[in-house]
Amino acid sequence: MSETGGGAPQLELRGITKAYPGCLANDHIDLKIMPGEIHALLGENGAGKSTLVKIIYGVLAADEGDILWEGVPVTIPNPHGARKIGIGMVFQHFSLFEAMTVSENIALGLPGRQNMRSLEKQIIDVSKNYGLPLDPQRQVHTLSVGEKQRIEIVRCLLQNPKLLIMDEPTSVLTPQEAEKMFETLRRLATEGVSILYISHKLDEIRALCHKATILRGGKFINECDPTKETAKTLAEMMIGSSLRAPAHHKAVKGGDVRLKVRNLTVPATTEFGISLKDISFNVKSGEVFGIAGVAGNGQIELLSALSGETRSQAADAVTLDGEYIGWLSPNERRDLGLAFVPEDRLGHGSVPEMTLSENAFLSGYNRMKLISAGFINNISSARYATDIVRKFDVRTPGIFHTANSLSGGNLQKFIVGREILQKPDVIIVAHPTWGVDAGAAAFIHQTLIDLAEKGAAVLVISQDLDELFAISNRIAVISEGRLSAAKSLKEITVEEIGLLMGGTHGTGAPKEASHVA
Amino acid sequence: MSGFDWIVPVFLTVITAATPLVFAAIGELVSEKSGVLNLGVEGMMLVGAATGFIAVTVTGSYFLGVAAAAFAGAAMALLFGILTLSLMANQVATGLALTLFGVGLSALMGQDFVGVPVDALTKLNIPGLSDIPFLGPILFAQDALVYLSIIMVGVVGWFLYKTKAGLILRAVGDSHDAAHAIGYPVIAIRYLAVLFGGAMSGIGGAYLSLAYTPMWAENMTAGRGWIALALIVFATWKPGLVLLGAYMFGGITILQLHAQAAGLDVPSQFLSMLPYVATIVVLVLISKDQSRIRKHAPACIGRVFHPAA
Repeated sequence: MSETGGGAPQLELRGITKAYPGCLANDHIDLKIMPGEIHALLGENGAGKSTLVKIIYGVLAADEGDILWEGVPVTIPNPHGARKIGIGMVFQHFSLFEAMTVSENIALGLPGRQNMRSLEKQIIDVSKNYGLPLDPQRQVHTLSVGEKQRIEIVRCLLQNPKLLIMDEPTSVLTPQEAEKMFETLRRLATEGVSILYISHKLDEIRALCHKATILRGGKFINECDPTKETAKTLAEMMIGSSLRAPAHHKAVKGGDVRLKVRNLTVPATTEFGISLKDISFNVKSGEVFGIAGVAGNGQIELLSALSGETRSQAADAVTLDGEYIGWLSPNERRDLGLAFVPEDRLGHGSVPEMTLSENAFLSGYNRMKLISAGFINNISSARYATDIVRKFDVRTPGIFHTANSLSGGNLQKFIVGREILQKPDVIIVAHPTWGVDAGAAAFIHQTLIDLAEKGAAVLVISQDLDELFAISNRIAVISEGRLSAAKSLKEITVEEIGLLMGGTHGTGAPKEASHVA
Repeated sequence: MSGFDWIVPVFLTVITAATPLVFAAIGELVSEKSGVLNLGVEGMMLVGAATGFIAVTVTGSYFLGVAAAAFAGAAMALLFGILTLSLMANQVATGLALTLFGVGLSALMGQDFVGVPVDALTKLNIPGLSDIPFLGPILFAQDALVYLSIIMVGVVGWFLYKTKAGLILRAVGDSHDAAHAIGYPVIAIRYLAVLFGGAMSGIGGAYLSLAYTPMWAENMTAGRGWIALALIVFATWKPGLVLLGAYMFGGITILQLHAQAAGLDVPSQFLSMLPYVATIVVLVLISKDQSRIRKHAPACIGRVFHPAA
């Protein structure tokens, strides 16, 4: 497939350097991608992957270094220039316009003007050809995440790219959707398209990629053949030290039920919202309970029903340590020992414009006793925030910087740390390690497990199955607002979960919901 | 027949009352579609009204007057653009300040022109067509700006929904981050949209001081800029509905004058209150249907764009 012997590389980077005030994001990085090669770019958060990709795509200009395209030095002034020479990019956070149709979105990514009618025909052709079914007339906000990603891919393919950059493409897909996408990518590679593939998921890289370049702290560390490495050795190259997998704790011996949800039903509030249908489950003391599911299947709604953002219709729909809390407000629930890490970090998890110290106060003032005589105790709030920053390795210039000045992964560490340090009885965490690097993710996982071992009940909502399998005792799947029966880890496979995530539950499916408690 | 003689004059006055609203609202609609909320419409209209009036008294040319008004409105919008787009100031606060600034600036500019008379903008007279009873005077004997206002609604509708440039403008208003990632110059596009909005507001203002009531008086827009802003929400950001809404609101304004003339026993204060009450009622009714607003409202409206990262 990849002719490493002769011919010029499709893309070659020599000594790319980019400095930001106070940090060297890329320090003389070399990279070589041959035609038809699937090349992985690996590294932790802040390793310089995004900066490098932005330089290739013309969003940023390098301070130093050369870019060679098919052996010829080029400058890429902007994304238009990148697309013109044949570089396409699929973004991690989709660059889509929600209020517009699929074909309008695609037209926006193409140069010049388009005849909408013939563009729609082209879209259908390409999407059929590559197994990426799409309806050009649909409004984007009505689509699933997987479908949205297809738009991005089709948009790139319509320009016949020679190099396709994919930034964490599978983080939002079910295993089946991801496997389909790999087929598309492999097929493109056989047609001679080079692919630069950025991902945290090491097994994926080993299955898909021909080469891998590893970055750490802005520096080039190694180029290797990922098929000859193990996930462990790759991870160690990435973080530069040995990685400790989260120690799975002993089987839970029938602890007390701490969080109980009974027939929780919440009607959708908006046209495109999901309504929760008759959800029931228990989380016991000492247990990590995982809820898997593709984003947009009711996870946000479930979390707000549990946190108290939406009150339940019946007080006994949610029970905490035997007490009915369905009618209580978020703060009342916090006081009873419930802690939550919402999906949306800026806005739900933190107040973006407020400092870390203030954000720490807002969630922890009662349990951490940060109020004295009705006034904010700034000293103890600052101490609490400093504690979080230190224990959870939050990289920030200081606790008096605003929440929105932190990178996503660092803010996540801060929010998770803030809740865990309050020593909750029950903690509900959505996507605990979303965008967090491997080292910190392992730390967060271990902390959640430790918390459970001390007797708390931990509920983790995530779409990362590796994560759920690494830390959960039992797993259930949420799909279109319904929760499948919970199964213990030994009784369920990734394939089964994938099928449930894809929505093969309900009336027509032959599989009956077996009750395993 | 004689019993319905009043119909034609009523129609004519509704049209003249609606035209400034059409101009201001269609311009601001383009600005809002690109994601910029400019609350300075009232101020831009006033400066346009004063500039247009002064230009006409000095040069005697209505064409130059309208051009000067458009230019003045655009200059005000440029100031707004520099503050909000380049210096990233808060759009709401800057817009309010622009209105207050416009009120003062127009009063200062126009102080020597208060009470100076000018002729009203001449109505076109198309021989034959204008003489058709009833329809003739309404459809074929308006001044040039009335026709221009309706043409602009058509042009804006065509531009926004039928051209690639319009698609890009709407895209910038829907998600400036995505537009930036694809490589569109978000700030430059917003500057153009804001300038267009300013120019249209300026012309809307000039229509007041040159055609509606051909004179200059301090604060003569009397809240029409605010009605134009409400009109856009009322129209759920659709150009065609803006036209319809402007004529409805124009009609309510005129109703009070005619009701007074007809000797209806209603306090005049109540009637002058009507357009604003109508605005509030309509906003409440429209807000009930959130999904309709969300479908057409630009998602990035009023949000400052930081191009970094």
